[in-house]
Amino acid sequence: MNNLIPPFNFQHVFVAPWTENISTFGWTALMGFLVAAACGLVGNYLILRRMALVGDAISHSVLPGIAVAFLLSGSRGSLPMFLGALAAGIVTTVIIETIHKQSRVKQDAAIGIAFTSLFALGVIIISLYASKVDLDQECVLYGEIAFIPLEAPVRFAGLTLGPPTVLRMAVVTLLTGLLVACFYKELLVSSFDPALAISLGINAIFVHYALMSWLSVVVVSAFESVGAILVVAMLILPGATAALLSQRLPVVLGLTLAHAALSAVLGGHLATWLDCSIAGAMVVMGAALFCLVWIFSPGEGLLRRCGDMVVSRWLPRRVGRAD
Amino acid sequence: MNHSATISVRTNRTAVRRLSPLSSLLSPLPSPLLPLSSTFSPLSRPLYLLSSLFYLLLGAPSAHAARIGDISETKLWEQALRFFTFQDPAVRYALAGSMLLGVTCGLLGSFIVVRKMALVGDALSHAVLPGVALGFLWNMSKDPVAIFIGATVAGLLGTAVVSLIKQTTRLKEDTALGLVLASFFAVGICLVTMIQRLPTGNKSGIDKFLFGQAAAISEGDVRLMAVVTVLAIATIVLGYKEFLVTSFDAVFARAVGFPVQVIHYTLMLLLAFAVVIALQAVGVVLVSAMLITPAAAAYLLTDRMSRMLWLAALFGMVAGAVGAFLSFLGNNLPTGPFMVLGATAVFGLAFLFGPRHGVVAKWWRQRSVTQRTQRENTLKAVYHVLEGREFKGEGVSLRELAERRRETVEEAAREADSLRHHAQATLAEDGNLIVLTPDGWQRACAIVRNHRLWELYLTHEAQIAADHVHEDAEKIEHVLGEETVRELERRLKYATRDPHGRAIPGLADLRRGAGTEHRDPVVGYGRGS
Repeated sequence: MNNLIPPFNFQHVFVAPWTENISTFGWTALMGFLVAAACGLVGNYLILRRMALVGDAISHSVLPGIAVAFLLSGSRGSLPMFLGALAAGIVTTVIIETIHKQSRVKQDAAIGIAFTSLFALGVIIISLYASKVDLDQECVLYGEIAFIPLEAPVRFAGLTLGPPTVLRMAVVTLLTGLLVACFYKELLVSSFDPALAISLGINAIFVHYALMSWLSVVVVSAFESVGAILVVAMLILPGATAALLSQRLPVVLGLTLAHAALSAVLGGHLATWLDCSIAGAMVVMGAALFCLVWIFSPGEGLLRRCGDMVVSRWLPRRVGRAD
Repeated sequence: MNHSATISVRTNRTAVRRLSPLSSLLSPLPSPLLPLSSTFSPLSRPLYLLSSLFYLLLGAPSAHAARIGDISETKLWEQALRFFTFQDPAVRYALAGSMLLGVTCGLLGSFIVVRKMALVGDALSHAVLPGVALGFLWNMSKDPVAIFIGATVAGLLGTAVVSLIKQTTRLKEDTALGLVLASFFAVGICLVTMIQRLPTGNKSGIDKFLFGQAAAISEGDVRLMAVVTVLAIATIVLGYKEFLVTSFDAVFARAVGFPVQVIHYTLMLLLAFAVVIALQAVGVVLVSAMLITPAAAAYLLTDRMSRMLWLAALFGMVAGAVGAFLSFLGNNLPTGPFMVLGATAVFGLAFLFGPRHGVVAKWWRQRSVTQRTQRENTLKAVYHVLEGREFKGEGVSLRELAERRRETVEEAAREADSLRHHAQATLAEDGNLIVLTPDGWQRACAIVRNHRLWELYLTHEAQIAADHVHEDAEKIEHVLGEETVRELERRLKYATRDPHGRAIPGLADLRRGAGTEHRDPVVGYGRGS
């Protein structure tokens, strides 16, 4: 039990990562930020559309897509993986819709059935072809963010750019940001008021499927580094935390990025201290940030609510007298 | 692998050959369970069967056997034989455990499926992971009781946090569920990786909790599972009415004074129990499937809650047994995913072939309705042709029908054939002339009457212009029942003409049928008989 939590050493936990270990810590933290930022931006729209659990479903069900893509292409190339994940994401959406529309099973149960089956299928493929698939069950759950600094860095025109996974994630994150900026209006309107969106000539169904497809792309690029289930946290936590602080979408998007950065850096420190799964630690810090905001949020935090309750219990008499 | 392992496998195989499987199955009679189970009269038979099955699994004399994981070479049929002879205690524990957890998850899952809380099960099952890790840390071993308590507390804490988030923030339920699910799971992952870093932690097998390994189920685990299953069954049997009413109509339940909150939390507690006992075999990640999928399959097959409970328990048991068997066939295959796929297969069968709600049954029903509609449209067209020449002449030629329906003669021939097939018409002159049978004539009159009555009703009672009512009548004519038609006739004062001035066929026309003589139809009731 005593060995479980290593002694806290400020030098080791907070100083060393920024000085001598900057090459490993920097890349891990950057990767964590990129993943959380891309997921958080997409996740905001999932939260608005009350589809957070569809994100959960897709993040689980890209697994068979990835596994099959590995088996067919025999490599860990980006393109087959993206295609496999896209196909799996679309198949999930279609299965959920089919079960939900063709039978009396409700949508929540349909989601539960679809993603667990696909995930189970993926795990079985991986364990059957363990020798051929360069994935293992642990990686599916925890991700391999810790191995990123060990990758051979990409060199371009004499410059050392960085680990390929980080570069790929950076591209995905930038694209996500770009897409959100370009289609800001369409996403906004179709998320809040699908009827208005249709009357404005926005194809809400197309936006829905485009969002789902992009979600699959983001999930599959995040999958390798943080694992299937922690992706869900990356999707929901930043947006949920931001939603507690503001109701204006631009502000929420900004806060999402801030949450992503903070949880990545703090999670990195936590993992350095406890020597545990880095992705797990990042999510734990993200959850801790959520709890802080939940309690102390100026607008509607728990403290504020308690205060209001106390005030409303004591104040009315005085107000009554004043009247 | 190494030499000694091979030897142990060989001795095991000889043991399998020596003991005939039949004798070992027949020897233990589950007599002690008999009086107990017969006291529950309505449930006694299935319960008795169930308990004898588990008694067989657990009480059969054990042959010498290594643990499941010790096998160095695996041949499918040998493994299958080893499984089905139940000689190996590990196999028996794995199978009994998988089936017990299937029963419990199926029963409790039924309630969350009908309450539309399926994903609460998902969140709960992920939220138990930190509790499992803490229970493991209690004395650094897989102590079933410590893990059970830790996991239950964590699961309940998770559901409590979900309700708290829902009550105190603007976040919706799905966000709250996903948030709790992932955050608790992350804490669990951190703890598990920390445990694995410890010198003793690496061999602990705590990672088996993630995807499940039925082979890791011990006798103590099975005992715990049996206790939980009995507890769950007893609670459901005793509080059946309360659970039922609360699940389907919470407002009514509150109105008649049921403690809705208490019932809700009892269900949550039992769910947490079910998740926890299923963990070891199914794994944290997929437990929710065992809650949702068998229950959803049962939901497709029946409308009665009691039957749904039985079916869900049965499906869960089957899925558990299938998963245990399949994962046993290969080396190092996780059990949970196979169980989940077994449950999904059951669901798929129910989804496709369920007698009432199945896709095939629905498709068949829809097809027969479409065909009937098609035939009725043909009959109507025949009637219109006859009406056009004031009901003179024997029958209607295919050309006339084709012209009337604006289609080719081939299509008309096909339609005529369909009528003949259903004894609504006979074909004369090499199949070129359609003569309605009395049955067909009756149906044709009825359809035209329905159509014209409805048009009249819409123009008279709903004040819709006469040129706007045809489309609506085209659809409704096929579904109007006898009683509605009577009601329409009464309201329209037995009118004889539709808004376009054509005669509405009356009862007498229907009765008379198409005989040899077609005369003017006897219109309306007033003049008819």
